[in-house]
Amino acid sequence: MKRRTVGRSDGRKVIVAAVLVSLLSFGPTVRRSDGQDTSAIDRGVRIGIIYRPGVRPGLVMLPRTGQGLDSVRVIVARDLDYGDRFEVITLPGGDSIRLASTTGPRRSSAGGSTATKGATAGALNYPLYQALGADFALDITAAGDTTVATLHDIAAASVRRSVRVQLPRSSDPDFRQAVHRLADQALQAAIGTPGIAATRILFVKDGKVYRIDQDGADQKLVSSTDRQAMSPAWGADGRRFAYMEFQAGKGWLYLQEMGSGKRTAVATTGSALDFTPAFSPDGQTMAFSRATEEGTDLYTINIKNNCCLRRLTVGRFSDNLSPTFSPDGQRIAFVSTRPGLPQIYVMAADGTDQQLFAPFDYGVTGASNAPEWSPDGQSVAFHRDVAGTLQVFVLDVRTRTVRQLTSVGRNEDPTWAPDSRHLAFVSDRSGYRQLWIIDLDTGRIRPLLQQSGARLPAWSPRLSEATSSTP
Amino acid sequence: MKSVSLLLALGLGAAVFAAASCGGNPAPQNTTPAVDTAAENQRVRDSIAAAEAERARQAQAEAERIAAQRRADSLAALARAGEEVRSTLAAMIHFDLDKSNIRPEDAATLDQKVAILQANPELRIRIGGHCDERGSDEYNLALGNRRAQSGKQYLVSHGIDASRIETQSWGEEKPLVDGHDESAWSQNRRDEFEIISGGDNIRRP
Repeated sequence: MKRRTVGRSDGRKVIVAAVLVSLLSFGPTVRRSDGQDTSAIDRGVRIGIIYRPGVRPGLVMLPRTGQGLDSVRVIVARDLDYGDRFEVITLPGGDSIRLASTTGPRRSSAGGSTATKGATAGALNYPLYQALGADFALDITAAGDTTVATLHDIAAASVRRSVRVQLPRSSDPDFRQAVHRLADQALQAAIGTPGIAATRILFVKDGKVYRIDQDGADQKLVSSTDRQAMSPAWGADGRRFAYMEFQAGKGWLYLQEMGSGKRTAVATTGSALDFTPAFSPDGQTMAFSRATEEGTDLYTINIKNNCCLRRLTVGRFSDNLSPTFSPDGQRIAFVSTRPGLPQIYVMAADGTDQQLFAPFDYGVTGASNAPEWSPDGQSVAFHRDVAGTLQVFVLDVRTRTVRQLTSVGRNEDPTWAPDSRHLAFVSDRSGYRQLWIIDLDTGRIRPLLQQSGARLPAWSPRLSEATSSTP
Repeated sequence: MKSVSLLLALGLGAAVFAAASCGGNPAPQNTTPAVDTAAENQRVRDSIAAAEAERARQAQAEAERIAAQRRADSLAALARAGEEVRSTLAAMIHFDLDKSNIRPEDAATLDQKVAILQANPELRIRIGGHCDERGSDEYNLALGNRRAQSGKQYLVSHGIDASRIETQSWGEEKPLVDGHDESAWSQNRRDEFEIISGGDNIRRP
């Protein structure tokens, strides 16, 4: 339950760690987090202290129970943990230690002596939380049918913000997304940055498209036919997605509304093998790959007016595929086999100015594929063949340098979270191919789900209330 | 000579009849010998006719059986020939890792298909290009397309009309063999050939 980074330290946090260890009296598991790939399967909520001064504020979830909000607290705590913006300090079960005001009975224990009295939110023992390394404390309570998330600023010894929401019933299909939005509001209140809790990931398994919440819950089939599908891609508004479906010897591109499930074939599709659809950021254009007798080339089509097919590449003896728009819509990164092996290229969105994007050593560097431009525009993630297996790389768009992110097992098909610091990708590091999530800032890696065969993930933009609704 | 002996026989029979009648106590069975003889003769004739009819029936059945057998044999032979041609046409060709060029050893396989397509001008086929699981999922659609096009180009360059050949890429989505070793991979890197139309009465080249 304890995660520490060895090596980098500051005095304050060392003391905090010592306090925690003595308070909680169970042995910490020391694990290395070196900012690179680790194969850690980190599934539990942890008491995390990474010795990087000033990087991540500590946040404590107040160990309340009851009021019908236990599942809300669990989901929010996990969201804040998975967001990797905080060191989430979870007090174990509220049993051995009582730090906050609660309505339950108190026990005397090693930690019990530190418990505070007082029955209302706001009357917290701020100095104690400060000693535990917490910069924020989040308290989730009920007031009638309203759920109140109160964020305390520990240093200021005051309430930073109270968020009041009407959550749907837990049986409601929108319940989880509503709780995820609450977690994002708490995060925004604390550090002023939008979160990624209210997002979903599309992926392919056994030829069908599924969606799943970023915390690995609420998996749902979204494919509407039994035909084999590939390459799901989100529209920038999160209301619809596109994918390719094998049909009668061709590859068809479809657009599907996330809410209603209504789907329409993209104009001109069905005459060839069309695949790897990608939405432009303004939602008006779709770029895709089309395989014909001449090979595979990139095209765009206006999906607003269902017209105006335009060919962007003329490969002749090379293939061009897997387009991804820059977030300003001005450029398209893609894969081209023009150097012999597939590598990452870039061009203007009208097909002009085609050039190599991710540098490689001719005859040395392996094939590079599956580029995806980050939402902040600064990076392009892709995978590259390294010694016969695939690894995830990130290209820095400004300096045009690449760095290798993964090294354990086979890792492929990276997709960016809307915060441009998390990537979901496919890895076989646990013995079978499934989806994992890495935080580029901390190097923390977690499995998204425990299922074999999941692949081709696509991370959604931030989903607002309207876009995430499920009929 | 014949009539003499017949008369003699009749005379003898009449003498026996007269002697028996003299007893004044004729056995009842002796009252219908003439009728018995006629019925017996009828039965004999009937059974001969029935046997002849049966023989004829059997002969006809046998003839029909033989004819049916001949028909079946020739149909089976035709079917065998058709199956042979079909399986020759469906024989897969294989590729090296990340390559789409036709291997020299597969040229003969394709030459047989050329001959079949020439002998059956109404035949139309689809070539499906496939990849192993090692490459990138989406790149493999482009590679599978290259492989299907390679197969098509070979046939077209040997005189087959391009309009008779459709192509399709499945990438790595339809492995022939499950498995994660070179044996499985090499079998999965392939072109498959299927008949779209004109395959009902397929002829040997």
